Amino acid sequence: MIRKYEIMFIVDPNMPEDEIDQLNAQVEGLVTDGGGQVESIEKLGRKRLAYEIQKHNQGFYVLFTVATDGNVIKEVERRFRVMDSVLRYLTVRIDEAEKKLQKVRAIRQKKSSSASPDSESSAEQSAANGSQ
Amino acid sequence: MVQKQFYRRRKVCKFCVEKIDSINYKDARLLSQFVPERAKILPRRISGVCSPHQRQLKDAIKKARNIALLPFTTE
Repeated sequence: MIRKYEIMFIVDPNMPEDEIDQLNAQVEGLVTDGGGQVESIEKLGRKRLAYEIQKHNQGFYVLFTVATDGNVIKEVERRFRVMDSVLRYLTVRIDEAEKKLQKVRAIRQKKSSSASPDSESSAEQSAANGSQ
Repeated sequence: MVQKQFYRRRKVCKFCVEKIDSINYKDARLLSQFVPERAKILPRRISGVCSPHQRQLKDAIKKARNIALLPFTTE
């Protein structure tokens, strides 16, 4: 069953950039081989960690948005656990949250369009804020 | 009758006012407003956040903690 997930992981900050790209390609290959689809890869860059992980105070954050089967996620997570360079990972299912969000937005738009025309622009603005 | 001397202003939910529908765990700046220095989650009775949003906020903070965007505790 295809579902949408967000995989965020922290890579060792001492790793060179091209090796991080290699790692990303590896993960991407894993997902596409499993019949999934990688929707976006975002390198969020070096950030300070809120607490120490394996003696590291900094980490390189990478964010994947993926539409795939749960078994693929299981395999990706297994790989992450084996790899020393991945300090931490977090997988979140986002399709249901997105659906709920759309519903809320639709209701709001209906309300604002029926109330007054000028309140519509503010609703749009907040929708843009919410997606950030 | 003696009037009540202290009139406490009613707190309103920040997320309802700013029309933030989904509270994302990646937005550490927003979440950090709700974790005071001891890194505990700020109770609703202090912050005035409504219960649906507090629930979302709680989940977001817990996710953010796991990925080291927010601290579990401070030494």
